Amino acid sequence: MKLNINGETKEVEVEADTPLLWVIREQLGMTGTKYGCGMSICGACTVHIDGVAQRSCVLPVSAVREDQKITTIEGLGVQQFHPVQEVWAELDVPQCGYCQSGMIMAASSLLARNANPSDEDIRREITNICRCGTYPRVIEGIKTAAKRLAAAGDQGGRDANA
Amino acid sequence: MQTPDTDTLEQPVNPSRRSFLKGSSIAAGAFVFGFSFPFAKSALAGEAAAPEVNAWVVVQPDDTVLIRIARIEMGQGSLTGLAQLVAEELECDWDKVHFELVKPGANQARDNVWKSQATGGSTAIRGSHEYLRQGGAAARHMLVAAAANQWQVPASECQVDKGVITHKPTGKTTTYGAVATAANDITPPEKITLKDPSEWKIAGKAVKRLDTKEKVDGSMIYTTDFTLPGMLIAVPKACPVHGGTLKSFDAKAVQDMPGVKHVVQLDDNAVAVVADTFWRAKKALDALPIEWNLGPNASVSSASIAEKLREGLSATTDYVGNKVGDAPSALAKAEKVIEADYSYPYQNHAPMETMSAVVRWRKNGCEMWGATQVPESALAALAEAAELPQEVCEVHTMRIGGSFGRRLATDYVRQAALVAKAFPDTPIKLLWTREEDMLQGHFHPVTQCRMRASMDANGELQALHMRIAGQSILAHVNPKGIGEKGDPVMYQGLDPEGDMAIGYSVPNLLVDQVMVNPHIRPGFWRGVNLNQNALYLECFIDELAHAAGQDPLAFRRKLMAKHPKHLAVLEAAAKGIGWDKKPAQGIHRGIAQVKGFGSYVAAAAEVSVTDGKLKIHRIVAATDPGYAINPQQIEAQVAGSFVYGLSPMLSSECTVKDGRIEQENFHTYQVMQLRDMPEVEVITMPSGGFWGGVGEPTIAVAAPAVLNAIFAATGKRIRNIPIKNTDLS
Repeated sequence: MKLNINGETKEVEVEADTPLLWVIREQLGMTGTKYGCGMSICGACTVHIDGVAQRSCVLPVSAVREDQKITTIEGLGVQQFHPVQEVWAELDVPQCGYCQSGMIMAASSLLARNANPSDEDIRREITNICRCGTYPRVIEGIKTAAKRLAAAGDQGGRDANA
Repeated sequence: MQTPDTDTLEQPVNPSRRSFLKGSSIAAGAFVFGFSFPFAKSALAGEAAAPEVNAWVVVQPDDTVLIRIARIEMGQGSLTGLAQLVAEELECDWDKVHFELVKPGANQARDNVWKSQATGGSTAIRGSHEYLRQGGAAARHMLVAAAANQWQVPASECQVDKGVITHKPTGKTTTYGAVATAANDITPPEKITLKDPSEWKIAGKAVKRLDTKEKVDGSMIYTTDFTLPGMLIAVPKACPVHGGTLKSFDAKAVQDMPGVKHVVQLDDNAVAVVADTFWRAKKALDALPIEWNLGPNASVSSASIAEKLREGLSATTDYVGNKVGDAPSALAKAEKVIEADYSYPYQNHAPMETMSAVVRWRKNGCEMWGATQVPESALAALAEAAELPQEVCEVHTMRIGGSFGRRLATDYVRQAALVAKAFPDTPIKLLWTREEDMLQGHFHPVTQCRMRASMDANGELQALHMRIAGQSILAHVNPKGIGEKGDPVMYQGLDPEGDMAIGYSVPNLLVDQVMVNPHIRPGFWRGVNLNQNALYLECFIDELAHAAGQDPLAFRRKLMAKHPKHLAVLEAAAKGIGWDKKPAQGIHRGIAQVKGFGSYVAAAAEVSVTDGKLKIHRIVAATDPGYAINPQQIEAQVAGSFVYGLSPMLSSECTVKDGRIEQENFHTYQVMQLRDMPEVEVITMPSGGFWGGVGEPTIAVAAPAVLNAIFAATGKRIRNIPIKNTDLS
């Protein structure tokens, strides 16, 4: 089975029902994408598939086609940080950090389709769970990143698949 | 993928017994920390270890300063705060500071040079600030003395700024990196004078965390990510009824499934499937036929537990936590007694990273790589399960993906070691599913509280009796801690004095307890018993204010004249929310205050309730922690604590049916999400002269402030949370 991940084609041998999350973590050895609930609730496992945030913990790897481009946190800001990552570092958004890969992938996906999200948009769209309670800085971070993207005329397409 | 330091135990043991003010040799330093630095890019991966100046400080030839961190970082930010304290006295360049985590075996081998590593109760900074600053100051003295020796000048003629030492009369300069090796041989000063906090340049400043970059690019390695060559994965399942045992399992049914290596029984109550990957192990575990001996608790329910607690509300008891005057007599004589019963449900810590540990057992030593809040206890648990002396065991501590008190327990350490012992020389990563994490928690205990009070004709509080009936954490984890007051931890926020002192003067006050200990395993959950005690007291005080027809702030002020620091934070929160001015149409307010973990905290909330739907608009929180080491991290802690404190108020609870916890994942254990997050304004007002914690106290004021605001909005007094169980329309 072939996967297009972070701009590279990878061959994996794995049972067809294995969730994409565990293929990424265990077969491909990329551990930035996290296991949180295994039920597509918490969002710690969020990756992009063709630029759109997807929860990978319940998505069977067999459901991902070879021509679909998977981006993980490791592939988001390869040459330089994605603006969301930049802002996240500037605002010290993470506390324990465990949910933040998923949070950043969800935020960057939101900004890719809504360049200027309102507070209400952010509250509706970002459903990732953070137990440390980084939510206020997540909101601030998304709004700050939106401004930065607008100033740069950029849609955040800096990931390895862009 | 990181390079693990896998060879620690093969190196010669060279325990140094020197004092923490004195450096150890290169060899000992290398033994202690290994030759590689596996846990963070920021920990100088690949660079040679320089000799330490002392236990806390290593300066590399390139002037990079490595500060050792003994306490555990789990998101609360104390890693950075602790480094700030050392760096402050060291006078090094903060931009060149990196960190390294201390291991408990190394600590023991050096006579506990790094003191306690246990991290809980909001003590990381307030419990170690003095010796850390002394360690930094001693290192500075030694580095300056080394430079002075080289120049053949008195050290008193030298000054230091950002790691650059200058000989004032001649203007000669050198750097910490250049004299670090020589400093290793300097005798540490006998007397150290610490700076006055007013002189601080690094401590007290809102510097950025030291560990953020690797948390935004996915490179940080948590326990769940840690990998060793040839490692196998173990996924366990324990009896879902706590106290029950494993009756049987049919390993044959899964042994031919892909990747499965073995099925291992763990003690008398659990079984683990060991496979080459987590997913294969989990699939096999799900398919494994298991029978349990559920034991005598299989019929226990939330209702039966609540009934036992309710009996405790009126039982006789000798366990008294706070007594002023004679409240029972005053209440017996009172014309009118205002009475209300409150309750607080079980909670799971539910950290995002589930329980996990990597252990490699060899006949001559056993190592763990993993998360724990209590490295010393984890080491002891590891050695016990490994059946090896502690001297040949080690715990490579790691930063944690959320813990909140859960990893004060070492159950998962024991499990990992038991599996590893069954696979000598093979590294084992034990990883719990979310479901196991939810069922096998160490739960925030259940309590109920009966509040009874009387007031005189002017609405002055005359008597207050607060009866707590509930589960004792100490009865489970440390029964020796139970004394003549009963479980002293059950009085948090209600003590006569100290770190958990009540902020009201009541002429007749009685706070007492009846312990009721169901079989559900209790544990210390962020904020511990301050959470419900503040809710009970602050909501009931609000009830009394309304019964007296008085403003809730004015009513409290009269009771707080002798508690100026409690009152100061309450006034600050009230001012911040604009208590004096009428709120906008449809907006209603509530306030609450408490002292906990050494800090004074208060909150004021604004809510609206429309068609039965609650919206929390804004919370203003005020904290007086004595000293503020990193204000921007305090802000993050306070805002984050509200998520922890408001989740149980809004929606999260663990209920019991057929003896087991019913909630197995986040669909039924519903924690607060971003959509519910109010605007938070954090006021940090350190008044000096004491050291309070900040990780926990503000959790306790969020819920009562909001509940009091809900009463203002709806006239409904919610005494049993979560409010999802109450119709607000």
